[in-house]
Amino acid sequence: MMKRVGFGLLFGLCMSMSAWAVLDIEITGAGEHQTPVSVVRFAGEERLVGQTLSSVIASDLTRTGLFKLIDPAGKSPHEPAEVKYAEWSGVEALVIGSVRLLDGGRAEVKFRLLDVVRHTELIGLAVTAKNEQVRAIGHRISDLVYEKLTGSAGVFSTRIAYVNREGVNYRLVVADSDGFGEQTLLALNEPIMSPAWSPDGKQLAYVSFESGHAVVYAQSLTTQKRVVLAEFPGSNSAPAWSPDGKQIAIVLTNDGNSQLYLVRPDGSDLHRITFNESIDTEPTFSPDGKWLLFTSDRGGKPQIYRVPVGGGYAERLTFEGSSNFSPRFSPDGKSFVYSQFTGGVFFIAVQDFESRQVQILTPGGWEKKPSFAPNGKLILFATESQGRGILATVSSDGRVKQKMVAQRGDIREPVWGPFLKQ
Amino acid sequence: MKKLILGIVLANLLVACASDKAKESASSSTPAATTAEAKASAEAKAAADAKVAADAKAATEAQTAADAKAAAATASTDSANQAADLTNNRSVYFPFDVDAVQAADRATIQAHGAYLRKNKGAKVRVEGNCDERGSSEYNLGLGQRRANSVKKALIIAGAKAAQIETVSYGEEKPRAAGHDEASWAQNRRADIVYSTK
Repeated sequence: MMKRVGFGLLFGLCMSMSAWAVLDIEITGAGEHQTPVSVVRFAGEERLVGQTLSSVIASDLTRTGLFKLIDPAGKSPHEPAEVKYAEWSGVEALVIGSVRLLDGGRAEVKFRLLDVVRHTELIGLAVTAKNEQVRAIGHRISDLVYEKLTGSAGVFSTRIAYVNREGVNYRLVVADSDGFGEQTLLALNEPIMSPAWSPDGKQLAYVSFESGHAVVYAQSLTTQKRVVLAEFPGSNSAPAWSPDGKQIAIVLTNDGNSQLYLVRPDGSDLHRITFNESIDTEPTFSPDGKWLLFTSDRGGKPQIYRVPVGGGYAERLTFEGSSNFSPRFSPDGKSFVYSQFTGGVFFIAVQDFESRQVQILTPGGWEKKPSFAPNGKLILFATESQGRGILATVSSDGRVKQKMVAQRGDIREPVWGPFLKQ
Repeated sequence: MKKLILGIVLANLLVACASDKAKESASSSTPAATTAEAKASAEAKAAADAKVAADAKAATEAQTAADAKAAAATASTDSANQAADLTNNRSVYFPFDVDAVQAADRATIQAHGAYLRKNKGAKVRVEGNCDERGSSEYNLGLGQRRANSVKKALIIAGAKAAQIETVSYGEEKPRAAGHDEASWAQNRRADIVYSTK
């Protein structure tokens, strides 16, 4: 098995960063309960470049559909002592703060989350960072506010990967989960498919047709260096990292039809794990690393199966609709999300492992390739709107929906990245 | 004077090339030679005209021979003729979610197989494609199955495995972009692409 390290420049790789959103976001629906929150402009926030901290936090919280943002209407306390609780009727939580510029291009941001009902402070924190990292600081504060008010970890500081296609120009892109900070990892005149995050969020595996057929690569997001994971004759595709980062599941047609294999991240120790005449594809690891879900047409039409990583009996899990594709485990391992094809239309569905109950979360369309956010509360997927490929999210209870439309091109093949170590 | 003569000679040559009939040199338009120079020019022109006439005659004979050969080729056996026609057909088509070669395409496959058997240096790449009604990864597998299926059929029809490469593009390179059966039918396809013929 040949291992090659390619420098991306050879293939038109570039690390272009975009400061502005290249995705337009539209929210519909609301959570069962919307907590009324007010985010007050931070003292001194106009001294930082770009969008204001308070507007980043307000946008983040609004996008979840779980908060109703109340306008401060001219009130601007920056310290708890300045807050007159009587003036904030109708608001349950208040976010206030201040920004102080330090030497060396850094800033210190202090913020507090106050419980307006009980007149108490829920969180108080100071964050120091480079002063151009306004969005990152804002997202960190949003994460803390969200966690305190909902009990779940926030995903505002996470990233997503997807493929943007304009004509025959394909770009593999990594962006913040709100579409800002787009980074192009690869630009080709050939298709790119199936990006997959390493568990530490530092690498992306993907499929590229640049050499004439489907080949799997793994690329570092920091150094842009990449290795070939598999380039056997036929199609090499569908990479999926194990939770411990030590193995990658892939699909090869080298022995005839699409079968599942495991390989190490350096391309070594390849071995086959399914042995039949069907198309077996789209492997994905359980959070405990012991199981794989995959799509197989061994029973006639494509359905979803579960098999132990070491091999053994593959249990069929989907029995509704015409066919079912693209499974992914929820972060807590208790359910999985997938795309169901019924009546000529694709839906996003979630199935609970224990109860086997299926919940259809979307109205139906070209809805494909779903993945959970790492807090399990949101599902990202590809769909179409007005003839264009777009991304969408739906909350895991199906209530809040979000559309993300690129300013140019069609976006497809999305995947949500992991929590990043701060 | 010389320019006029040269012009006439060139015009005659051009006319001779364009048609397959011999053209009489326009000797009637040549003025009577009174000087040595004029006589030499006239002789040169006559020689040129003669050459033009000879060239034109040769062209006519060559054309007649070519016509005869073409007629002979057309008169060859029906099956060989059919084979020549069918190898111009480079695509075979499939029903939804199916990878077996269809009855309607068997004659095409036979023709390509026969061609590859007779031309051992010829190589093809079979490219499998799918419509969009599946996941991109499942369709990559289905496209590969279609390419493999066509390869097997070509081998049965006389080709050698080493002459055939297979590749799948799944749903990534559709020929038609619509969300309708008219487009999908065009995309459920394997193409036979010759690298040397």
